[in-house]
Amino acid sequence: MLDILVASLADGLLLGFVYGIAAMGLSLIWGVMDVINLSHGPIIALGMFGVYLAFNGLGWNPYLTLLLVAVMGLLLGIVIYGVAVHRVLNAPHLSTLLATFSINMIIIGVGTALFTTSPRNVDFSLGSFSLGHITLPWARVAAALAAVLVTALLYLFLYRTRPGKAIRAVANNRAAAELMGIPASRVLALSFGLGTMLAAIAGGLISTFFPFTILAGGRYELKSFVICVLGGLGNPLGALIGGLLLGALEGIIPAFIETSWVPVLEFVLFVVILLVRPSGLLGSKS
Amino acid sequence: MKPWRNPGLWLVLALTVAISVWPALASNKAYTREVSFTILKAVALASSLNILLGYTGYVSFGHIVFYGMGGYVGFYLLDVHNAPLYVAVLAGGLASGLIAFLLGRAILRLRGAYFALATIGINEAARAFIKNFDLFGGPIGMSLNFNVYKSYGGPNQALWIAFISMAALTLVITVVSFLVKTSRFGLGLMAIRENEDAAEVMGVVAPSSKTWAYVLSAIFPGMVGVLFFFKNGNIEPPDAFNLHQSIETIVMVMLGGYGTVLGPVLGSAIYQRLRGLLLVSPLFKNIQLAVAGVLLLIIILFMPAGVVGWLRSRFGALRRVLE
Repeated sequence: MLDILVASLADGLLLGFVYGIAAMGLSLIWGVMDVINLSHGPIIALGMFGVYLAFNGLGWNPYLTLLLVAVMGLLLGIVIYGVAVHRVLNAPHLSTLLATFSINMIIIGVGTALFTTSPRNVDFSLGSFSLGHITLPWARVAAALAAVLVTALLYLFLYRTRPGKAIRAVANNRAAAELMGIPASRVLALSFGLGTMLAAIAGGLISTFFPFTILAGGRYELKSFVICVLGGLGNPLGALIGGLLLGALEGIIPAFIETSWVPVLEFVLFVVILLVRPSGLLGSKS
Repeated sequence: MKPWRNPGLWLVLALTVAISVWPALASNKAYTREVSFTILKAVALASSLNILLGYTGYVSFGHIVFYGMGGYVGFYLLDVHNAPLYVAVLAGGLASGLIAFLLGRAILRLRGAYFALATIGINEAARAFIKNFDLFGGPIGMSLNFNVYKSYGGPNQALWIAFISMAALTLVITVVSFLVKTSRFGLGLMAIRENEDAAEVMGVVAPSSKTWAYVLSAIFPGMVGVLFFFKNGNIEPPDAFNLHQSIETIVMVMLGGYGTVLGPVLGSAIYQRLRGLLLVSPLFKNIQLAVAGVLLLIIILFMPAGVVGWLRSRFGALRRVLE
């Protein structure tokens, strides 16, 4: 019993890192510009298809392809910001929710026409290793390491570079940042791009161990919401911890009740936390 | 002004009646009935959502949960207890209203995007719960025994009964939507939409007004759900709690003009016709979702008040006619 529990916990935690960076993308955009990006899921799916196409079509190594996927994700995000978000940034929440949802519909619509909804997978195996009674696939470990690396780089960027500091300044107070000579629109576009970049990377990592369709992103988008609320909306490190928490829950809960109950508990937890502490378990009290 | 002397009410009713009697005049009656049913269902869902979204300003992304819950309760009564259709419809509406009352007390404290997120969470939780709930058939759902239709004079007759009931229900909803908008209660809701704190200072009891708006906007989707799944013959969790359908309803409200009585009716009719045309066009068949997305984006960016809102601001004379 304990063996199974430890094994599924380790499994869940490793997956939690990847959930974490998906949620970090959502959380970054929310924190900087108060926008809930409803095109998050399809962008995760595009990340999956980026790795899939490069691996199956060109035979590229999935992990190296991630770099390209990241750049594409960044550019896509900047385009989405320019087309759909910028004009409605100061309108009521409904406008930004629907504007990003329209991007969701466009990506899913075109994606379904191009790729159909039949399941795909990236058939690239790194093998697995055993540690005592636990057997873990290397792909999960590699994904977790990549997630940690991405988080570290994001933190270095946000705290050590000028554009990163500008993002934090705009998140803190956009009007004051503009008065200090920070070009807010460009900074917002960059933040949106970083958010979608994280989503695309998360999608690319997930594609190395789970099969997927163009619609698969929706699941991870919903998980990202749960994680953001666990870790506090607008708090990137909180998102990573929230991801680990969710991964651990997904690992532990099935040991006690049927797996199909996991989403029920997840979403009930989500609503309860929203009600009790909308700033998140780890967020500040304000 | 007395409600029946307002041309705005008659315009809305005329449009709804026109959609309803269309199948009786068309040559291919069965086909037109299905198209008309789809439009009426959309009108009913959009108009009831509009009470919360348009009048009160609370964005419910997961409003379809009431359609699913009501549908399931009604379907259970039809299937297991052989209840007559009208009892099932009333029970479905009542169940949805009750759920909304209990939920509303809790989640209507949240504002803006937090409320929107919570409604998504509730819809997903409900879907996941029903998947595990054996009384309602779990993941495979329930199917009506064919004999059920016999008491309505056969399946064909039952389809007409479902259609006529849907038309009647849609008329009731549009009238309720109009009455709410022109009532004191509705004025309170619109004050909450503009500024909740100021509304409370002016004497609007925001928590109870919001709860009743939520309950009212939940009862009708519950009834619509029962009628739809009765006609459909089976019910499954993905169809009942389809988040996509929920957001499409928001799109229809926005297209027509949120916060107006005519807007959801017009928006649903336009959206459903457009969708139907795209689905049969060889060029757009595969990317109809993308075309709908582009349309939505254009509305959000350039016509945030929707068709009715745009007409009202462009032509002042129409303000007396377009409610």
